Amino acid sequence: MAESTDRPVSLPRMVATLYGSRIRSQASFRTSFVADVLGQVLIVGTEFLELWVILAQVGVLGGMDLTQVAVVYGLGALAFGTADLFFGEIDGLSNLVRSGKLETLLVRPVPVLLQLSSLDLSLRRIGPIGVGLAMYVTALNLSGFAPGPAELLLAVVAPLAGAAVFGALLTMAGAMQFWLVDGREFANAFTYGGNYVATTPGAVFSLPLRAFFTFVIPATLVAYTPTLALLDLPGPALLPQWSGWLGLPAAAVLWLVAALLWRAGVRRYTGAGG
Amino acid sequence: MLAHGRIIAASFRQYSTYRMATAAGVFTNTVFGFIRASIMFAAIAAAGGELGGYTALQAATYVWLGQALLAPVEAFGTREVSQRVHQGDVAVDLLRPIGFLSLYYAQKLGRAGFLVLGRGIPPLVVGALVTGLALPEDPRSYLLGAVSVLLAITVAFMADMMLNLAAFWVIETRGLSVVYLAVMNLLSGFLIPIVWFPDWLLGIARATPFPSMIQTPIDTLSGRVPPAEALPLVGTQLVWVLALASGASLMLRAGQRRLEVQGG
Repeated sequence: MAESTDRPVSLPRMVATLYGSRIRSQASFRTSFVADVLGQVLIVGTEFLELWVILAQVGVLGGMDLTQVAVVYGLGALAFGTADLFFGEIDGLSNLVRSGKLETLLVRPVPVLLQLSSLDLSLRRIGPIGVGLAMYVTALNLSGFAPGPAELLLAVVAPLAGAAVFGALLTMAGAMQFWLVDGREFANAFTYGGNYVATTPGAVFSLPLRAFFTFVIPATLVAYTPTLALLDLPGPALLPQWSGWLGLPAAAVLWLVAALLWRAGVRRYTGAGG
Repeated sequence: MLAHGRIIAASFRQYSTYRMATAAGVFTNTVFGFIRASIMFAAIAAAGGELGGYTALQAATYVWLGQALLAPVEAFGTREVSQRVHQGDVAVDLLRPIGFLSLYYAQKLGRAGFLVLGRGIPPLVVGALVTGLALPEDPRSYLLGAVSVLLAITVAFMADMMLNLAAFWVIETRGLSVVYLAVMNLLSGFLIPIVWFPDWLLGIARATPFPSMIQTPIDTLSGRVPPAEALPLVGTQLVWVLALASGASLMLRAGQRRLEVQGG
């Protein structure tokens, strides 16, 4: 109980203050902000063009047609964009570790993860989030989505579970910087690589790759298998339709690992004095 | 020229010291190679064994060469020069007894030399072992391919330099860089071969320098385009080098006249 009297500001209040200040500061440079958002939208668009060009030639990729692939892509982009908004710059931690500046954050009475997340909140990522959401909803409609209550629930839960999966992966990538420092690019294989896999029909991957990106990095559970469940499509080997419901449990397990890794990383950190 | 040679060597050595970063880059490039190859294989299998002139083996070669070229070409751009323009450090560069563009080009060559060996070769070896590679039969393909890679590095350098030099006029160039990255990703033929594009998009791509950065060196080096047909493509690369180099030096001259650095 002594702890709560030491802390004059409640956690929700702190969260609101920290994020609010970042949002106001970033939105105040209008032109640069608009250019940034447009650029981000363009990146999401060109990456989808890759799939579109292929589908224009072959009609069906990994057992899915263009609108079905668009559901997967939209859902994956929405989930990753949301996680990226909050945890996207966390691997910038390696610079703080290298230069010994992390002390400044450690001495403040606010959790380090919350500080990093709010400091680096990148509002420009509402671009990909908007595109992802629009694509997800439009493509679902075009592909004859006829939801019962369970499907409707899944349609709402899936983007949130996916965002939680990627949030945990990005946090782990950040925590790994305490050990890797110079090797921050290692983590990209799992975070950005996971995003690449998540936005692609999972049936295209060979069995070993599919197993890795399901059981180790649960990328196929973010968008591909929920789409199978939503549109009532049969799944390939290893990915039955019901695995579309595994996003939330996967996110819970990942966050547990991420939290442990993060704590171990912060404890391992030795400052350079200063 | 002696000074340039020393800069190239120093830049090579500088990058060869980041071993952990190199290993991390190789690992990530390789994982992405597997993901991209899977998508291409599925597309080619769906098309019945060949798509737009690519068999599965040629597609694998295309993917692995693309992953290998990514780091040395630095197609995703750099930010160093634009930041130096912002901070005024560019004044120091302009005072050096060596041309501004040639200084940065020499650094780029040294860096690219290391990146070809350190980050280019390993993913190719993995690719050769796992998926196999379609290697050219004509030895002239290797020779012309090497020239094409050098020209690709140069085209990308000049385009990137123009983007950076825009900092003389635009306060924040990040928006520009993001747009450049998106366009380059697609039109260079990095994500998918440009011959798979519908005609209108292919027309747009061919009118830009982007295919000269990735698609042309891949086609030339893999021998998918035989040497006699690759020669005009390499000629196009050369034209883009000259055009972009003139553009960059014009921008530099105009920017220099505008530049005002305070303090000393």
